[in-house]
Amino acid sequence: MSGLAMPKPDDATMRRRDEIVADMRIIVPGEGVVDAANSMRAFESDGLTAYRQLPLVVVLPQTVAQVSRVLKYCNDRNIRVVPRGSGTSLSGGALPLEDAVLLVMSRFNRILEIDFSNRVVVAQPGVTNLGITTAVEQEGFYYAPDPSSQIACSIGGNVAENSGGVHCLKYGLTANNVLGIEMVLMNGEVVRLGGSHLDAEGYDLLGVMTGSEGLLGVVTEVTVRILRKPETARALLIGFPTSEQGGQCVADIIGAGIIPGGMEMMDRPAIHAAEDFVHAGYPLDLEALLIVELDGPGVEVDHLIGVVEAIAYKNGSTTCRISQSEQERLSFWAGRKAAFPAVGRISPDYYCMDGTIPRKELPRVLAGMRELSEKYGLGVANVFHAGDGNLHPLILYDANVPGELDKAESFGADILRLCVKVGGVLTGEHGVGVEKRDLMPEMFNQIDLDQQMRVKCAFDPNHLLNPGKVFPQLRRCAELGRMHISGGKLPFPDIPRF
Amino acid sequence: MTTFTPTTSDETLSTVAWAVEQQSPLEILGHGSKRGIGRPLQTEHTLDMSKLTHVTLYEPAELVLSAKAGTPLAEIEKLLAENGQQLAFEPMDYGPLLGGEPGKGTIGGVLAANLSGPRRLKAGAARDHILGINVVSGRGEAFKSGGRVVKNVTGYDMSKLMANSWGTLAVFTDVTFKVLPAAETEVTLAIRGLLDDAAVAAMAVAVGSSAEVSSAAHLPERIAARVADGALGSDAATLLRVEGFGPSVAYRITALKKLLGGAGPLQEIAGEVSQVIWRDVRDVRPFADFSEKPVWRVSMTPSQGHHMVLALRMQAAVSAFYDWQGGLVWLRMEEGDPQDALLRGLLRKHGGGHATLVRAAPAHCAALPVFEPQTPALAALSQRLKQEFDPKNILNPGRMA
Ligand SMILES: Cc1cc2nc3c(=O)[nH]c(=O)nc-3n(C[C@H](O)[C@H](O)[C@H](O)COP(=O)(O)OP(=O)(O)OC[C@H]3O[C@@H](n4cnc5c(N)ncnc54)[C@H](O)[C@@H]3O)c2cc1C
Repeated sequence: MSGLAMPKPDDATMRRRDEIVADMRIIVPGEGVVDAANSMRAFESDGLTAYRQLPLVVVLPQTVAQVSRVLKYCNDRNIRVVPRGSGTSLSGGALPLEDAVLLVMSRFNRILEIDFSNRVVVAQPGVTNLGITTAVEQEGFYYAPDPSSQIACSIGGNVAENSGGVHCLKYGLTANNVLGIEMVLMNGEVVRLGGSHLDAEGYDLLGVMTGSEGLLGVVTEVTVRILRKPETARALLIGFPTSEQGGQCVADIIGAGIIPGGMEMMDRPAIHAAEDFVHAGYPLDLEALLIVELDGPGVEVDHLIGVVEAIAYKNGSTTCRISQSEQERLSFWAGRKAAFPAVGRISPDYYCMDGTIPRKELPRVLAGMRELSEKYGLGVANVFHAGDGNLHPLILYDANVPGELDKAESFGADILRLCVKVGGVLTGEHGVGVEKRDLMPEMFNQIDLDQQMRVKCAFDPNHLLNPGKVFPQLRRCAELGRMHISGGKLPFPDIPRF
Repeated sequence: MTTFTPTTSDETLSTVAWAVEQQSPLEILGHGSKRGIGRPLQTEHTLDMSKLTHVTLYEPAELVLSAKAGTPLAEIEKLLAENGQQLAFEPMDYGPLLGGEPGKGTIGGVLAANLSGPRRLKAGAARDHILGINVVSGRGEAFKSGGRVVKNVTGYDMSKLMANSWGTLAVFTDVTFKVLPAAETEVTLAIRGLLDDAAVAAMAVAVGSSAEVSSAAHLPERIAARVADGALGSDAATLLRVEGFGPSVAYRITALKKLLGGAGPLQEIAGEVSQVIWRDVRDVRPFADFSEKPVWRVSMTPSQGHHMVLALRMQAAVSAFYDWQGGLVWLRMEEGDPQDALLRGLLRKHGGGHATLVRAAPAHCAALPVFEPQTPALAALSQRLKQEFDPKNILNPGRMA
C-alpha cells in the first residue's frame, strides 16, 4: 500500500480469531460467515483497487437483530467492524482491516414497502440504487439520484457516501432524497431517524448520517422519496474551441434561470477517448464538449432548448446538435457514460479524482492541471459535472511501471489542493475514505477536525466502526472531551453591553 | 443581566469563551422572532447576534450567498429578488403567529430552526440548502464545516447537524446557502368545496403527476377565508401551486385540470393573489389571532394527517389546515388545553412523525415537552452530542428539553 498507514491490528483480536469466527456463526447461522482466505478474496478491496486487505472474517447478516448482536458483541470485546454494501466505493471506504469483521449488507436486498400516494419506497440497504427505480417504473416513477454505478451500488452505500449523479443538479443528492433510515449503533442500539414524514425531530442526525462513510452506524433500512418521471427529456450536444467558452456557457444557462436535468462537460482527451470507444459521433476538434439535458413537459423542454441554443451560439459554440429522438439523446450520452472505461482503454490504469470547485474557476483549474500533467509526465482526461462544479479528472498511469502509482497519487493530491485553493473541496461525491484521508488538513484545521471527531465520539466512542477512514488521525474521545479554557477574560471593552 | 452584542466573529468567540469559563449560560438571540418557541429560558446573560450582519459573498451565477448570521432575512430576500433569485425553501415567518411583527428574523435563525415553507414538498428545507457554516461551539471553539459548493462530501455534514438545533450546540457566525432562480411565473389551481379526505386524495394525485406541483395545501371551510384578506371566500380550498416558465405553467395547469376535473369546481389564481395566498399559508395566517390558544405544527405521513385530525376531533375542539400534501398539519386547540398526550398518542397511532407546540401560554411551554419526545436510544444519542459540543450547558440550556 503506497505509504498509507492503517490502524495497527489489535493482537488480542488476532489471537482470538477462531473463537470470534465461531461466535459469529452462532449469531449468523447458515451461509452468513465466510472465513476461508480464498472466499474472502472477493471482498479484499472496493472500487479503489489499488488497496487490498483480507479482513478478519466476513459476516453477511440477514436481520436487524443479527446486525445488532454482531455490533454489540464486537463493541463489548473491542473488535473493529467495517461495514460494506456493494463495494463500489472509489475512496476505499469499504477497505477491510486485518483485525476487523467485514459486515457485508448485501443480503438485506428486499424492498419492504412501495407507497405511491406518499411517494416513498422503504428498502433494505442492500437493494441497488437502480433496483428502487426498477420497482416503481412501471407506475411511471423513479428514484432521482443516479450514480453511474447504479446497477451495482447499494442504497445503504449511497446513504453512507451521500452519492450523487447526473440528475443531482436539478433533483438533489442522496441527502435531499432520503426521508428516513433505521440504523444500528456500535453498541447494538437500534435507532430510527425520520420516516415518511419530513424533517427531523430534534437534531438532524439523518443529515449527519448521510455521507458519514460507515463510521457512525450501520444502516439497516432506508426510506426514499420517489418522483414522477418527467414527460420528456431532450439533450443538446454543444462544442467549444476553448474551455473558457464552455464554462461561460454553463454560467449563462444558470444565469438565465435554467437548472437543466443534467449538464456535463468533457475535455479534449476525454472526448477523443470516448469517441474512439463508442463512436457516439462526437465532434473531435474541440476543447470542451457540453451535454445539456432538459426534462419536463414537452412545451417546456422545447422552449428551453431554444434558449440554451441561443446562449451556446452567443458563447461561440462551433457545433450545437439537438436530439430529435430518444435514440439520439441516448447517443449523446453514450460517450459520456462510457468515459471511464473509454479512458481505461487508452491507458493501462487510471485514477479517478473527485474535487469540486466554484464553476467560474474551471479555466484556471484546467490550466493548472495541464501544468501538473507536464510536471508529473502523466496524462489526464476530464469529465465534469459542469452544473455543480464537480470535477472528475482521470489520471492515466501504468501500475506496472515502478513508481507510477505513487506519481499518480501525488498528481491527484496536487489537483485536490488546487481545488481547495480556489475555494472548492476535496471530494464532491466519492467520499474521503482512505484515499483523501491524509489530505483533510488541506481543508480543515485541527479544531475543525476535532469537532467532526466529537460527532464520532457521540456515536462510537471506542472508534471501532470503520477506523482508519476519513480522519488523518483519530484522537481519543477522552482527550477530546477535556475542556481547554483559554483566556476566557470578560471581553470588554470592545463588545457593546447593555 | 447583561446583553452582549458582538459585531464580529471574534467578539462572538470571546464572549462565548468567557461565558464558558464563568459557567454562565447564554440565551442566543437573533431578532427574537421565534423566542416563544421551546422551553422559556432563564439565563443571566443574552448573546444578541443581530449586530453581526452583512452579506459577505453573493455570486448569482454560482448560485451561492454567504452572510453573517445576524443578517436580516428580509435583507437577503430583497437582494436575491433584485437578481431574480430566491431561497427556494421559502423560510416561513413566525412573527404573525407568535404575535410579533412580520418580516423579522435573521439568517442564522433560519438555519437554527430549519425553517421552510409550502415549497418544502419539492425544494426541501433550510437543511437542504445550507452549504457551509462558521460557528462557535459551547466549548468556546470557533470552527467551520462545509464550504461554498453544492457537491461536497468532505467530512461530516456538520451544517445539517446545526439545522434545527435551536442554538443548543453552537452559535453561528457565518452561513453559506445555495440560492436558486426564482420562478418566472406562478399559478395556483384551487379545487373548491372538498372535505378533508377528498382533498388529501386530490393532492396525492396532483403531486404524484408529472405537473411538478411545487406546493399542495388544503384549507377547510371558513379557514380559507382567513388568507389573502378573504380573497378565496370561505368555501374549502385545496390549493396546488405550479411554478416555472410561462408556457410550461400553462401546459401543466391544463393537465392538472384534466386530471382533477371531476374532483370539484376548479378555480385558477395567478399573479400576486397567488403569491399572497401562499405567503399566508406559509406564515399560518389563519391562526395569527393574537391569542395564546395553543398551536401545534405536526409533520407526518401525508395520507395520515386528516385521519389523525378526525380522531382528535372526537375528543377536543380543534381547527386544522394542511400543507405539504397533507403531511404538515397546523392545529389550533380551541379550548386552550394543548392536549399534548392525546395528540402525541394519536400521532404515534397514525404512522408517527413529530409534533411541536409552537404557540402556547408560557406556563404550558414551561411544563410540557415542546418538541417531540424521542425514544430512549435517540434521546441518549442527542444528549451525547449536546455533551460533546456544549458540555457545560452554556448555550440555550433546556430550550429543547
Ligand atoms: C464505475 C463506478 C462509477 C461510479 N459513479 C459514481 C457516481 O456517479 N456518483 C457517485 O456519487 N459515486 C459513484 N461511484 C462510487 C460508489 O458507487 C458510491 O460511493 C456508492 O454509493 C457506494 O455504494 P456501495 O454499496 O458500493 O458501498 P461500498 O463501496 O460497499 O461502501 C461505501 C462506504 O459506505 C459504507 N457502507 C456501505 N453500506 C453501509 C451500510 N448499510 N451502513 C453503513 N455504512 C455502509 C462503507 O463502510 C463504506 O465506507 C462510482 C463507482 C464506480 C465503481
